[in-house]
Amino acid sequence: MTKPPTPAAIPTAPVPVGARPTPVVELRDVTKSYAGGVHALRGVSLTVEAGELLAIVGPSGSGKSTMLHVIGTLDAPTAGTVRVAGYDVGRLSDAQLSALRSRHIGFVFQHFQLAAGRDAVDNVADGLLYGGVSRKERRARARAALERVRLGHRLDHRPAELSGGEKQRVAIARALAGEPDLLLADEPTGALDTASGEVVMELLHELNAAGTTVCVITHDNEIAGSLPRRVRFRDGEIVSDFPAQQASFPTRHQQASFPAQQASSQ
Amino acid sequence: MNLPDRGNLRDRRAASAGHLPRLRPARLSPGDILRLGAVGLRARRARVVLSALGIAIGIATMVTVVGLSQSSKSDLMARLDRLGTNLLTVEAGTDAQGNEVKLPKSAVAMVERIGPVRHATATANVDARIRRSDVVPEERSAGVTTQAARTDLLAALNARVAEGTWLNRANEHLPVTVLGSVAAQRLGVTEPGQKIMMDDEYVVVVGILRPVELVPTLDRVAMVGFPAAEKYFRFDGHPSMIFERSPDATVEDVRAVLARTVSPGAEGNAKVSRPSDALAAKAATDKGLTTLMLGLGAVALLVGGVGVANTMVISVLERRQEIGLRRAIGATRNAIRLQFLTESLLLSALGGATGAVLGAAATFGFALAQGWTAVVPPWSVAAGFTATLFIGVLAGLYPAVRASRLHPTVALNAT
Repeated sequence: MTKPPTPAAIPTAPVPVGARPTPVVELRDVTKSYAGGVHALRGVSLTVEAGELLAIVGPSGSGKSTMLHVIGTLDAPTAGTVRVAGYDVGRLSDAQLSALRSRHIGFVFQHFQLAAGRDAVDNVADGLLYGGVSRKERRARARAALERVRLGHRLDHRPAELSGGEKQRVAIARALAGEPDLLLADEPTGALDTASGEVVMELLHELNAAGTTVCVITHDNEIAGSLPRRVRFRDGEIVSDFPAQQASFPTRHQQASFPAQQASSQ
Repeated sequence: MNLPDRGNLRDRRAASAGHLPRLRPARLSPGDILRLGAVGLRARRARVVLSALGIAIGIATMVTVVGLSQSSKSDLMARLDRLGTNLLTVEAGTDAQGNEVKLPKSAVAMVERIGPVRHATATANVDARIRRSDVVPEERSAGVTTQAARTDLLAALNARVAEGTWLNRANEHLPVTVLGSVAAQRLGVTEPGQKIMMDDEYVVVVGILRPVELVPTLDRVAMVGFPAAEKYFRFDGHPSMIFERSPDATVEDVRAVLARTVSPGAEGNAKVSRPSDALAAKAATDKGLTTLMLGLGAVALLVGGVGVANTMVISVLERRQEIGLRRAIGATRNAIRLQFLTESLLLSALGGATGAVLGAAATFGFALAQGWTAVVPPWSVAAGFTATLFIGVLAGLYPAVRASRLHPTVALNAT
């Protein structure tokens, strides 16, 4: 078997048969419908390989938030299969999904979601709370993660004493502390001014360069444009999957053939 | 990455080898659970204090009520111990026509002849009006009556003289009197040596008694010796009340024969009673009040529990985003439930501990004011605290279950 021509294939030497690394995210024919005939996702297929940095971009109501929830295993699809870090999400219990999130997925939210009364180290250490890590190690790793997002000088500051950009960096450190396979960032710059937003995006690039798989959900074309791969959503469907190195605009036909390629790769 | 995570590395290797390790949520350590429970409390101190206060009031009431009832009971027991419970009295009753029946003059001697009796003595009603002086008209009674008393009365009753002396072999023939504590107050006699009028006779007060706890009626009389009563006040010498003490084990036996002994053939006319029973009965009436107060405390506790439940429901509503975040970073439903249950438990435990301390302090304060030895039974504190924990679980269960059932995406999108 050869590597499937997925747009986000990591530019490395061909991997020997049978030792191909598992994609971090694998969605196949995923639909999500709500009562009353609302279809948030209509047969979406997507593969994210380890080490990718991609944007899921689309206007509000395009289904990208539902994508975030489905990829993040916070919500189950109505039909189709979702694999995260190799696990078939549909076959896991709620408790197992929690364990999956605690070990393999890191979330970054638009409004940071930091605990107001607790300092940066405590906020970041909380990200490891449900992973079975001792308190001492949680705090040590939290400090290291804060150093990584260049907030080593703000360890004992509370959210109220931090700027918006710094708060988002604390949130990124929290997502990062568990060394997740996938960092899911939901509008990470949405609540920030341009300068702070740039710093945060720079940081995400940096983390990706160091090996973290990063998926940014955004409505901002400019943000999306700065990322190597852009998956464009409209009305619950992927309308384009645009790798930076690929010059041509992918057609709907290519989209449709995507699941087949995935199937053949297994 | 500069932070190698062995767990994930292992996962990835296993994954690439074709089989994934089984996912199992990690268990929270007890310390982490406690810290989680405290997070919500630290963030909303005023509310915590107020809702813990409800519980505290309930527990404080219950601990105080139990403490005070125990303190007063132990005080009463000590008093009974001191006074003895082996005193029996025989009182002259009335016959079928309602006329007062007199006890025979030999009654004391007859009682003394009952085997186990150690002590027998008597008092008698004397028909002599008492006034402070001859200026006071005879019709105006001072509310003090005259009684003749044998000289061994004081020893039999374990009573004591506050001032002056008691009647003795010499002065029992003389026109002198010893006043009960209330009688002295009513007559305005503050020290021995003053005179009062009995009928038309001036008598000298030689002593004033301390309150007689076992026979409080003696507090309201002026006592003269038997011989003096006969000599000055036309007293016929028949006793009206016999006092008797025997060893504790024989009290019931003596009681059975006492009436028959003092008025043979007309035992129905003699009323036998045990003065210590009256004190014990007082303790029993206090019990009803204690139960009522305990009930009030329980209601306060219940209301406190409702307050905690209310606080918890609001806490869950306000913290939906936090719940969503925790679910996103890997908290299981169980972990969320445990967090809020712990919070509720801590909240009511805080109230319970405060209440127990307040209750104990109130007991000590009140007992001190009453001159009692404070008794706070450990079981009451333990029971109060257990009730608190029970209420904490009960009050926290519904909010905690609600929190754990929140769908992660709904929780995250909550405003």
